[in-house]
Amino acid sequence: MYRSRRRRLVGFAYLAPALIFVLVFTVYPLGQMVWMSFNNWSLITPPRYVGLDNYRQAFDDHQFWVSFLFTVKYTLIITPILIVGGYLLALLTSSNGPLRRVTRTVVFAPVVIGLGVSSLLWYWLLSPDSGLVNRALTDVGVIDKPVLWLGVNANTSNFAIIASVTWKVIGFGMILFVGAIQAIPTEITEASLVDGASYWQRVTRVIVPLTLRTVLLVTLVSVIGSLLAFDQFYIMTAGQPGNETATSVFYVYLNSFPYLKLGYGAALSILLAVTILALTVVQLLITRRREA
Amino acid sequence: MSRLHENAPRRGVRPGRARYLVAAVCLAICVVMLLPLVMSFLASVKPPAEAAATPPTYLPHGLSFDSYRRLWSYQQGLPAYLLNSLGTALLAIAITLVLTVPAGYALARFQIPGKEVIFVVLLVALIVPYQALLTPMFLMFVHLKLTNTLLGLAIVHAVIQLPFSLYILRNSFSGVPRELEEAAVVDGASSWQALLRIFIPSVWPAIVTVALFAFIMSWNEFLGALVMMSRGDRFTLPLILAAARTETSLGGTDWGMLQAGIAISMVPCIAVYLLLQRYYVSGLMSGAVK
Repeated sequence: MYRSRRRRLVGFAYLAPALIFVLVFTVYPLGQMVWMSFNNWSLITPPRYVGLDNYRQAFDDHQFWVSFLFTVKYTLIITPILIVGGYLLALLTSSNGPLRRVTRTVVFAPVVIGLGVSSLLWYWLLSPDSGLVNRALTDVGVIDKPVLWLGVNANTSNFAIIASVTWKVIGFGMILFVGAIQAIPTEITEASLVDGASYWQRVTRVIVPLTLRTVLLVTLVSVIGSLLAFDQFYIMTAGQPGNETATSVFYVYLNSFPYLKLGYGAALSILLAVTILALTVVQLLITRRREA
Repeated sequence: MSRLHENAPRRGVRPGRARYLVAAVCLAICVVMLLPLVMSFLASVKPPAEAAATPPTYLPHGLSFDSYRRLWSYQQGLPAYLLNSLGTALLAIAITLVLTVPAGYALARFQIPGKEVIFVVLLVALIVPYQALLTPMFLMFVHLKLTNTLLGLAIVHAVIQLPFSLYILRNSFSGVPRELEEAAVVDGASSWQALLRIFIPSVWPAIVTVALFAFIMSWNEFLGALVMMSRGDRFTLPLILAAARTETSLGGTDWGMLQAGIAISMVPCIAVYLLLQRYYVSGLMSGAVK
């Protein structure tokens, strides 16, 4: 009895540092953020309680909706590209020949470099006069004068950034899909071979259904990541033209730091966190179902 | 499993031809994926006039390390920014491991009252995106005098990395066979000795995975650094490069120097990835999706 109680205390002692760290650096800031969201506060003047005004303000704030809808649009376009593209790459490279393994390694390589750094790289590639994209398109004869890819037109910028981010992260889904495809028991694929199914029949009737859970999870991870997009837009367009390409996180950042509207920034953060929370709950439900 | 494609009987296409087609597609994909990296590196070794040329040249006509030289002495100098990035990453790894190794051990191996509740509290950070927590953290760090310090930024990075690390380590500690632990206890080892002698050597791959992810995340992280570091001499590598993209030298962006900076930022990430690919992919499989 004494021993087991002592052991519980010892276990708690091992856990305590991490617990305290999370309480101090995550739970407390979270509480403070909720409190801030009910106040008007600019760092210079003391906070003033305003109830739900910050939230009401968000719903009437034109830029809040511009940022939110732009982020949703970005997410809705890039997610299918990443999932379908990543899955096709996984189908292509899931067996273990040397060339396929090399292809997998190469496609995955940009995933480990920073999004900030890859955005700078594409900022150069896409720059009007010094970028190789315009140079190559001119040489091929697709365009006759340099295209202003970034920061002039919201849709063109979105398209260019989606291309660059696809290059950067498509390997993430691919590698997870490869894992899922390789985990399909050999007997099942062999059985479908005996049945004389063509390759695409096997893909649509055997491989995709058996890896659907991974597809759903990668989709959710991609959606959450895209809804939190910041680095690529901050670096490549700086929100231009006229904050049309400022994403939701970008708008939180603008309000909290350059504008110092801390209370309003906190309310926007909470709205963002609630959106992500809903998606994370869906993710956990999918995970649980498999474990049950 | 490895014969998945080779055996595919494709209508109208002979298997031999399908194999060549797959090889050609693989090669084309490799070229497309590598091209931006190669072009950036080539641009970093162009002589100054060529690096600034409009329209740009595809391949360098001469070889020069002038861009690297300019980067070396840019503002506070490259060594300062490298040290900031490296110091932050090492501190972030240290904080993450010091917190999550014992915590993962406790969650996996000890009966703790309310363990499930505690685990949920610890995973709160997984559910709340850190992007949303940066403002209150910044205010707290102003009070604690942690803004513009490597330790402060490392704490932010540890907050980001904690849930994933704890999850990986808890699962690894759970997988250590009970007989190993019992043998140690029979020998009179305390739980601390068992952790050091039995458990840590057994979960070594998980520890490498956790350190690897913490390094890559911290080295690359942008928004937290942007918020926490306002003094130029405390900038990490991504911050100074982002600042350099608009700051002009000789009337325009110094593209050659920017590419040199990009190359230097990428090298450690690509190197640890190639060296520790196995750990990286296994960490991704068990952490990102489960």
